[in-house]
Amino acid sequence: MSNYRIKGAGRLTPARTARFTFDGKIYTALEGDTVASALLANGVHLMGRSFKYHRPRGVLSAGPEEPNALLDVARDAARRQPNVRASVQEVFDGAIIRSQNRWPTLGFDIGSLNNLLSPFFAAGFYYKTFMWPREAWAKLYEPIIRRAAGLGVAPTETDPDHYANRFAHCDVLVAGAGAAGLTAALSAAKTGAEVILVDERADVGGALLFDTSTMIDGKPGYDWAQGVLAELTAMANVRVLTRTTVFGYYNHNFLGLVERVTDHLPNPNRSLPRERLWQVRAKKVMLATGAIERHMVFANNDRPGIMLASAARLYLNHYGVAVGSRIGVYTAHDSAYEAAIDLKKAGVEIAAIVDCRAKPGEALVSAARNLGIEVLTGYSVIDTAGRLRISSMTVARNGSTNHRKIPVDALLMSGGWTPSVHLFSQSRGKLKFDAENQRFLPNIYAENCVSVGACNGTDELGALLAEAAEAGGGSLSVSGEAAFGWTGGMIGAAEGAGKETTVKAFVDFQHDVTAKDIRLAVREGMHSIEHIKRFTTNGMASDQGKLSNMHGLAIAAEMLGKEIPQVGLTTFRAPYTPVTYGTLIAHSRGDLFDPARKTPLHAELVKAGAEFEDVGNWKRAWYFPRRGEDMHAAVNRECRTAREVAGIFDASTLGKIEVVGPDAAKFLNLLYTNAWDTLKPGKCRYGIMTREDGFVYDDGVVGRLAEDRFHVTTTTGGAPRVLHHMEDYLQTEFPDLKVWLTSTTEQWAVIAVQGPKAREIIAPLVEGLDLSNEAFPHMSVAECTVMGVPARLFRVSFTGEVGFEVNVPADYGAAVWKAIWERGQALGACLYGTETMHVLRAEKGYIIVGQDTDGTVTPDDAGYGWAVSKKKTDFVGIRGLKRPDLMREGRKQLVGLLTADPTEVLEEGGQIVANPNQAKPMTMLGHVTSAYWSENLGRSIAIALVAGGRARMGETVYIPMKDKTIAATVTDMVFFDKEGGRIHG
Amino acid sequence: MLLIHCPYCGDDRSELEFRWAGEAHIARPEVISEISDEDFAEYFFLRDNTKGIAWERWRHIHGCGRFFNAIRDTVSDKFLLTYEAGLPRQPVPGTEPVSAGGAEGGAA
Repeated sequence: MSNYRIKGAGRLTPARTARFTFDGKIYTALEGDTVASALLANGVHLMGRSFKYHRPRGVLSAGPEEPNALLDVARDAARRQPNVRASVQEVFDGAIIRSQNRWPTLGFDIGSLNNLLSPFFAAGFYYKTFMWPREAWAKLYEPIIRRAAGLGVAPTETDPDHYANRFAHCDVLVAGAGAAGLTAALSAAKTGAEVILVDERADVGGALLFDTSTMIDGKPGYDWAQGVLAELTAMANVRVLTRTTVFGYYNHNFLGLVERVTDHLPNPNRSLPRERLWQVRAKKVMLATGAIERHMVFANNDRPGIMLASAARLYLNHYGVAVGSRIGVYTAHDSAYEAAIDLKKAGVEIAAIVDCRAKPGEALVSAARNLGIEVLTGYSVIDTAGRLRISSMTVARNGSTNHRKIPVDALLMSGGWTPSVHLFSQSRGKLKFDAENQRFLPNIYAENCVSVGACNGTDELGALLAEAAEAGGGSLSVSGEAAFGWTGGMIGAAEGAGKETTVKAFVDFQHDVTAKDIRLAVREGMHSIEHIKRFTTNGMASDQGKLSNMHGLAIAAEMLGKEIPQVGLTTFRAPYTPVTYGTLIAHSRGDLFDPARKTPLHAELVKAGAEFEDVGNWKRAWYFPRRGEDMHAAVNRECRTAREVAGIFDASTLGKIEVVGPDAAKFLNLLYTNAWDTLKPGKCRYGIMTREDGFVYDDGVVGRLAEDRFHVTTTTGGAPRVLHHMEDYLQTEFPDLKVWLTSTTEQWAVIAVQGPKAREIIAPLVEGLDLSNEAFPHMSVAECTVMGVPARLFRVSFTGEVGFEVNVPADYGAAVWKAIWERGQALGACLYGTETMHVLRAEKGYIIVGQDTDGTVTPDDAGYGWAVSKKKTDFVGIRGLKRPDLMREGRKQLVGLLTADPTEVLEEGGQIVANPNQAKPMTMLGHVTSAYWSENLGRSIAIALVAGGRARMGETVYIPMKDKTIAATVTDMVFFDKEGGRIHG
Repeated sequence: MLLIHCPYCGDDRSELEFRWAGEAHIARPEVISEISDEDFAEYFFLRDNTKGIAWERWRHIHGCGRFFNAIRDTVSDKFLLTYEAGLPRQPVPGTEPVSAGGAEGGAA
């Protein structure tokens, strides 16, 4: 029999079919099928191979807890996703589905040799391979383990799908749309609250999807659920999100949801995102996450065909699929009887119900027996047989050695129900152990949150509905009656899982952890569940131990002779189920991954052929190669031209802060080491900013435009933190000062023109300002117009040449740049980039904060002691600079280095020693902070931090490199135009 | 993600808009140039790093830009109070532990 679809059963429409392939073979499904239900309908149980032992595995569940049936689902080569749970993924027409972790085929897998070698692969084997023999790790163990273990293969092509992101606020978020969630949502919605109701399945109802014997408000549960859904959907204050998982519960009721928008559609509209991330802030969260059925832990409990009883019931009652034709049941809980009864009524043979309890409820047993089902109470399944599908179960009366082998092609099991407290636990709520019912339940809440229904341990339907209605805050009254309660069952290894035997009784299917492994961990000294978890990897697979945690805990507690709460429960972490990276990053990929900042002149720089470098988020012109030039040649030409004629440079990235107000000078006096009250309007000064500890924090030229107005420049990278630092002092330490700070970095385009012909280039474009040396000397600033555009013109230099920095409003930057460049070109000037800027400033010994300084350098260390006012009674850093260590002799100081071989360019970061022949570790004097080829000097130059550097002038120091040792002479930092005449020319 | 009440904007806003700015109520000494090395170390380097109730500074940097003070429980991440910079250290508001069932209390 290859069609297990039962006529008249389930809720899918027989006429609406979809075709898909599984490992190359074509199958037919019904619309609404999951991959699992579709394969089961075709008699296929074998869906995967286990992680470690490569044991054949079938689908175990019908929900997100699935550990076995992880498949590769694709639309085409690029739109392919590994590790998809067959029990969750809906089939769509044209789906290409493949099994994973097997070679060459699912039916015949070489890797299953691991199963025979399993004594070698016991718990902790992985850690032991680290230990012995050491050499074997990299060459032998790691490659073998990497090939043999693992799940799916990540796609190599770029994901062509797109993903979306939405934020939402609501009064109430309800997680789970089962009986409790629907009731709570309706109750809350009727009070007028803004409600978001979320369920991970395509259809609401939760357990009502399989539990067809429950009646609510006089209707079959599923019909009632559809009625409530219709009512909710019609309300303007309610948003229902199906196919949506609440995967994370974060601080202050912030929740992460993933909505699967198109994964179930055969031909999704390309304008739709594949998935949508919802970030929801809820005033109140209602958890109605239900419970997850546990499996039974017994020998060979993992063969294909063995599954949870509730899963088989869902496959029958919702999908209309029988999971076998002769089915056994092994249970410690009433709910499995319902599955057996439903299947029996649908015409499927039930081989036997094996109940490990000596005295289950009489009514239940009679109900089954009245249908002709054999019920064995006080019995256990002690083994199973069958290679790629279960063929028989071996049962024995508890305590007896008499076995009986019963042929079956499926085996349903139920160990009872575990409340789903994952989200509650993620919210940092504290659980308590309900000893009577062997389960953890929500106890102390960390957020404004309430748990209702099965996840709160409220099992009786009437009480559940009342609890949910009350939580919702409305006066809703719902009544219901259910056939079975959810309480009870067992945790830990069942009879026959064997205390000291070699049987494989799986606790964690996905990571192949057996009861024996957990016992081994305890024997090897792991006494905390946190250690046992890591040693065995129990609960560490992508299913996060939804099935295995309680069993593992019970086995460990039994071995340790402790109560379960004493052994502890590991913390559940987000995400509840795996979330695609694409969903989390949404549009933040490609160009939007880390958006670039471009100056107003960027397009002009591109046209001029600039190569760019990243400086923070800025794209800065690095150099401007001409045809045939490499970087070295281009930089040499730019350096030469700038000093011989002139160079034009985009300095727009400079941080700019407008400091305005009657106390502006007083404020800058406090924030910089220099004195500002002595600076006249129309003049500029180079300023150094220290933190309270006395170390250099930032530097830059500050121009005074008026008594109450300063134009402050900062380093390119330092602008945001300098403003933050200034605001901090202004708001909290000096709040009485009347000063206003405004970031103007992006408001000004800054064009630096440097070189002997700088004045000649810009003069015709500047209106209303005498640019002569007498009227506008070095370190002047003025407001004027350039080409009719209001401008701030600075006479400053970072090259040692005559220099101007033309500041014009950003929108006019390109036009002014073009005009300046046109004039510059005619006069033989060049464009230059950051590389040339670095070389030219180093030739003059101008430092770059953050390159030549590193947060341990004082102004004096940097050779800028003159910039620290001796007269001021206070500034930020005044006390820090007086600390003994900052005043001692022998501190590292910035000096120049000239290599003995002038063609040798030192490496930045190179360590400096006095004696290269001393034994290692050598005494290091400092390091090289800047090093360049200087075309203008025809030799290499370097700046270095050297202990007691200024007292070492003329000394030879050594820079040991990997292959040689380089000798260099300590000099002052000014290499070019030592007299400094050019700047005033 | 935390939800933080800006005392200047008078609104609860997402943590994304804020930046933490260290321990609160550490005043810069009036005449800082005259203090001892020990006092300077105490002022600039040493912090309590409290586990539990902490008085700290935050800045609504992507909002109004103002620095303000907050009382936060560093264990639960609950903000118990936020108040304007310059106000003296405020007392911890009376807090009722949230009971099982969680119907009341929690984050406002």
